[in-house]
This record gives sequence, structure tokens and C-alpha cells, in this order.
Amino acid sequence: MREQTTGPAPQLPEKHYLNATYGIRSWLLTTDHKRIALLYLASVTFFFFVGGFFAMMIRLHLLTPSGLLLTPDQYNRMFTMHGVAMVFFFLIPSIPAVMGNFLIPLMIGAKDLAFPKINLLSWYVYVVGGMFTLWAMINGGLDTGWTFYTPLSTVYSNSAVAPAVVGVFITGFSSILTGLNFLVTVHTMRAPGMTWFRLPLFVWAHYATSIVMILGTPVIAITLGLAAMERVFGLGFFNPAMGGDPILFQHLFWFYSHPAVYIMILPAMGVISELIPTFARKRLFGYHFVAAASLAIAVIGFLVWTHHMFLTGQSTYAAVAFSFLTFIVAIPSAIKTFNWTATLFGGSISFDTPMLYAFGFLGLFLVGGLTGLFLGALGVDINIHDTYFVVAHFHYIMVGGAVMGYLGGLHFWWPKITGRMYPEWLARIAAFTLFIGFNFTFFPQFILGIMGMPRRYHTYPPEFQIYNVMSTAGASILAIGYLLPMVYLTWAAFYGKVAGDNPWPATGLEWKTQSPPLTENFDVTPVVTWEAYDFHNRPDLGLDVPAGKGSPVVAPAHGDD
Amino acid sequence: MHRTGALYGQFKTLEQQKDTATLGMWIFLVTEVMFFGGIMLAYTINRHTYFHAFAMGSNTLSLGLGGFNTVVLLASSFTMAMAVWSSQTSRKRLITLFLSLTILLGFVFFGVKYVEYAQKFHHHLVPGKNFDIFYCVNNPTKCEDIDAADMAKEKEELEVAAKADPDLNAHAQLYYSAYFGMTGLHALHMVIGAGLLFWLLKESVAGKFNAEWNNPVDIVGLYWHFVDIVWIYLFPLLYLIDRHK
Repeated sequence: MREQTTGPAPQLPEKHYLNATYGIRSWLLTTDHKRIALLYLASVTFFFFVGGFFAMMIRLHLLTPSGLLLTPDQYNRMFTMHGVAMVFFFLIPSIPAVMGNFLIPLMIGAKDLAFPKINLLSWYVYVVGGMFTLWAMINGGLDTGWTFYTPLSTVYSNSAVAPAVVGVFITGFSSILTGLNFLVTVHTMRAPGMTWFRLPLFVWAHYATSIVMILGTPVIAITLGLAAMERVFGLGFFNPAMGGDPILFQHLFWFYSHPAVYIMILPAMGVISELIPTFARKRLFGYHFVAAASLAIAVIGFLVWTHHMFLTGQSTYAAVAFSFLTFIVAIPSAIKTFNWTATLFGGSISFDTPMLYAFGFLGLFLVGGLTGLFLGALGVDINIHDTYFVVAHFHYIMVGGAVMGYLGGLHFWWPKITGRMYPEWLARIAAFTLFIGFNFTFFPQFILGIMGMPRRYHTYPPEFQIYNVMSTAGASILAIGYLLPMVYLTWAAFYGKVAGDNPWPATGLEWKTQSPPLTENFDVTPVVTWEAYDFHNRPDLGLDVPAGKGSPVVAPAHGDD
Repeated sequence: MHRTGALYGQFKTLEQQKDTATLGMWIFLVTEVMFFGGIMLAYTINRHTYFHAFAMGSNTLSLGLGGFNTVVLLASSFTMAMAVWSSQTSRKRLITLFLSLTILLGFVFFGVKYVEYAQKFHHHLVPGKNFDIFYCVNNPTKCEDIDAADMAKEKEELEVAAKADPDLNAHAQLYYSAYFGMTGLHALHMVIGAGLLFWLLKESVAGKFNAEWNNPVDIVGLYWHFVDIVWIYLFPLLYLIDRHK
């Protein structure tokens, strides 16, 4: 954060979107994308802690080889509900619906999203879906695994499958509406001068995410719809007793749920693409490549789904093709990782909290991504599929990648959202706590997987205990790491130091307006005359730019360290 | 906030507003294509695997009712297109007329669909415990709406199909799962479309649409045509599987 040496301390603006109107109706009936983002923030945080509770139950149970506190049936319910809450109600909406919602109109210089009422509708749809699933969790739970595989889910399961599936089905439409809104907004609402290649990479990432949302989500909707109708009305598409095909369910399920991984990680990549140039004070290396890589991930991501099904007896030739495509989809991610790293080279790096999260993301995403290649390799996958290796791999991507990006972004834009700064040192401690706790939790799971511990089992042989104890210990550190930001960010929203319009300083259009912004975002429609992340030609940022082409921009002095 | 013919707050020009709304509807239709695509994939795979059961199921549908409904829907697409044209050329009374005709044709479709569904329930052709593809052949007195010639033909076809596919009764349920699933989803879309048409009708009676402001008519028109096109696919897929004999 920039030191305030001259002039008076910044003051909160008199009028902004938070105090424009008051009362519960002004929130529940708002069409302001910024307020809807905060509604989403509250609801995804709720589901994050619901899912986190289930995770803690799982980890506590696995402290001892025979299991500590749950019956096998309860254990099945815990890991299922952990997955459902985290995937469908936290990870998928987290960055797009909270930060994308808040930032996309600000970043492209628009007053709002293209369809503000549909935006509000999407939140209500999400809440209704969430209610159904919560009801299912409380009344009977769910024990099918988050994948709802048939015929377990449609015929045999003795848990509340129908309401849970209906809840996920409904929530899917909130995702479709959000994606539709973003796509149209980026196409038609950009400010004058905001050309496609001046868009921040956060917007590009969300554009790619929206493509996945609108093409993939309807397929899971019809799939879960059919599964629900099968359970309730006895239709037979996936029921082998009628000649239906359970593998067909898996194909349709993964046709969405693999691309859904990119719905979770692409927005986090977008956040990282904002953080790294800002705290290295350098234009992002290979802007066009990073933008194109987002689209490439969205497209190729649709062509890899059967790598979740290598062992279902599909044809060897199909498996080889999908294995090959799985390796191909790693390339755009690698391009991004190399470009982020290259951006650091010769930059004026400062280690503010958001940047710590960005570094955390880089390392953890790297491990998660590379272990994905192990799983995409046909021979290796036979050994390690459905083991803890898989669990560790996708937690490195989902938690190490997506959640790190989410928290990094929350810290970075918190001064814009609330107008106030979070406590820097506490935040750094939390970031380190998270990083350590995360690795303690999930690295041992790679070892467990290689040793052969299957996922979703409620007991294990005694020789695996040491790693399970490490994992549980790490999870408790991780829990503290999550509770800390929730507490101090909430505190900072009311009592933090006033941040000013552009505390870092960063180059995006969202930093050209006041913090917190006006309801209409900008006093006058901005005209964009600069390229994205161009620190050299932005005297308005007040950075010290030495003469000479390519010389590094001098990082602002830190006021609080 | 909403003022007819005027600009919503987030837009700068009416043209931008119209482009945005139209693009939004087209993208929504893309999601609909993916939505119906999933069930059509399931249909295709099952039809390929259990052709005899699907052909048999298809032959129990009434070509007359299905064909009539196809004509009805095509006609409703025409009246919808005329409603759009009337609004673009500010013919206010014609808008109301054509919207009413579209709604009327939509309800004719529902009526015919109700007759077809009811028949399937009476003939025990709904997937589930009571499903029995041989029900009418074995209980001709319970299915008096089928005339003797058709019944004889059905019996003959059933014998052939049962020989080709020993588990015909199970696999035929897959056909009816596809039939009820696909036509049910299509009908649900029609119900939503009819709701939108009633709203348009209310607005048009109030005289709100003219050459400058006809976006809603245009966009609901797109949706209505899409639902129509879905039926254009469903009719041959469900009714015409094996009629060439």
C-alpha cells in the first residue's frame, strides 16, 4: 500500500453505493451489481462454512484407522455433502458471482451489467436452489458422492437425493444467467476506447468462464433433471433394469463437471493476472497469449471429460484420444504460469497480502496442475484413480488455486468494495497460516494415494495413520487460516483505515472511481486511452518512473511496515 | 424504472439496448440447444441400441394428432412472425389480433397434447410399475378407442418386435421415457411462452408497441420460434421412427 506522506488522510466519499439507500428492501430488491455481489458474498461464505464443517467432520473421523466419531453411513453423507456444498454452492459461484459481478462493469466502464434484474434473479435462483439442498442435508442427508452416479442415486440410495438434485438443478440456472449476463455485458457495454485488447485479463478470464457456463451448465441441468425424474417418476434413461445406461449418465455428468473445473479456476487465473502486474509494477508479459489461453482452456476443456472414466470400460482408442487432449489442455495453463513468472522478472515487487496469495497460487497451482498430468496418463491412472492422490490433486487446484485466488482478490479489492483497508500484518499472518495449513493437509494425501489409500473409505490400515494425522492437524491450521480473514475483513469493512481511491496503485478502470464507488459507478462515462497494465504512461498513478525505455517503475514506499 | 419506449438506466442509446437484449436472447437460445441436446443424445443412444422397442413405441403414437399439432405450431409461428411485423410497422390492432391468434393456437396444441397423454395413461404406456406394452393387445375391451384394424396391426407388430427383442417391455419404457421427457420439456417451454405472450398481449392492448419500441415482441418471437423448431425435431424423432412399412 502506498504511503501517505503528503496531503490529508483520505476520507470516505459522502455518497456511495452502500449509503445511497437504506433498509432491507433496498438490498433485497436492488439491481445494483455491487450490492448483488455482496449478497452473493454473504451466501457463498455461508455455504463455504457449511462445507467446511463437513470437511472437519471427515478429517476428525479419519484421525484413527477405525474411524473416530461417525458411522459408515454418516461418513458417506459427510463427504458427499462436503462436495456438494463446496462445488455447487461455493466454488462455482465464488469468484464470478462475487468479484465478477462487482468488478466487470467497473472494469469496462459501464454503469451496470447488461441485465440488472436478471442479475438479481440469478441470486434468488441461487438461494432457492441452496434452500432445497440445505433441506436435503438436514432431512436425511445425501450419500451418493457429489457426482450423483446412477443407479445408486436413482434407485438404491436411502438418502434425500431428490431435493438435493433439484437444488443443484435450480442453482445451475443462476450460473447460466450470470454467464449470459457477463457475455452480453462484455460485448455491448464497454466504454469508449475500451477495445477488446485493452480489457483487463480478469474480464477475459470471465468471458471464457461465461462460455463454459452457458454451454456446459444446461447439460448438467438436463442430466440431473432426468436423474430426478428417474428417481421420482420412474423414467429409465440411466436405469439398467430397463436397459438404460448408467455410463451415459457419467458421460453427461462429466461433460459439464470437467469444464466446471475451469469455471472454478479460470476466474482465479483472472484474479492472479490482475495481482501480479499490480504488485510487480509491470505490464503483464504476453497479454495476448494470456487472453487467448483463457479461451483455449474454455474450448479444449470441453474435450477431455472422459478422463474421469478411464476405468469404466470405454474403448481404448477413446481413452488414448482423451488422454492426449488432457495433456493438450495443460498447455494454455502452462502458458499462463510462465507468463506470470516472466512478469515478475525485472519488476518492482512488493509483498502486500494479495501478492502473497498470488505467490501461493502459483506454487500450489503448479503442483496441482502437474499432478493432473499423472492422472491423465492412462497407465498411471489405473494405479492411482479413486485414491487420495486424486483428492490431493483436485484440492491443490480447487483450494490451492481457486480459493487462494478468491481470497487474494477479496483482499485486493476490499478497499474498493468497502472503502477501507484490512489490517496488513494480520492479513499476512493469515496468508501464511493458510499456505502452511493447506500443504500440511493435502501434501500427505499425495503420499497416501501413492501408497494406495482409496478415497471415500471410512477406515484405513494402521500404517496410513501418520499421514492422516498430519492431514487432520493441517486441516485445523487451515480452519484458523479461513476464520481469520472472515473476522478481520468484516471488522475492516466498518473500522478499517480509509483506503482512498487507488491505494496500491493499480491501473484498472475500477480504481479510477471513488472507493466505495457511486451507485452509477462513474460520474461521467470514462474514455479509455491507455493499454491494460501500462504503468509507464500513467502519470495519474503518481508512481516514480525513471527515464529510459523499459526501466522498472519504482515501487511506492510502504506506509505500514 | 421501466418506461416503455424509453431507455433503461444502464444503457446509452436505444440501439445499444436493443442489440443487448437481442444478443441476450440468442445466447439464451444457445443454452436451450445444449439443454435439449442432452436428452436428444440419450434418445439417440437408446434408439440405436433398442431400435425395435423404439419403433414399436413410435407406432403406438397417433400420426394424425401429432401431424395436426405440427401444423398448429407452424401456424402459430406464422402468426407470431406477423405480430412482430405488425409491431415493427406500428399496426397496433393487428399486433393484438396476431398475439391472440398465437395464444389460441398454443392452447389448441395443449389440448391435443392432453388427449395424447391421457390415451397413454389409459393404455398403461407410462414408464413405471404399471407399464405394459402388451396391455391393449391383451385387454382389447379396455382400449376401445383403438379400432379393430389398428389393433390387429399392433398385435402383429408386437409379435415381431417381441421376437427380435425378448426384453421388449423394459426397453419400450425407454422409448416412453424419451417421449414423456422430450414432449414434457417442450410443453413446459410452451407454457412459459404462453405466459410471455399473455404479458405481450396486455402491453399491446395498452398500445405500447410501435415502430420505435417493439423489442419485447421481437425477443419473445425468437423464443417462440425456437420452441417451434424443437417440435419440428421432436415430431419425426418420436412419431416417424418406423412408418415406412
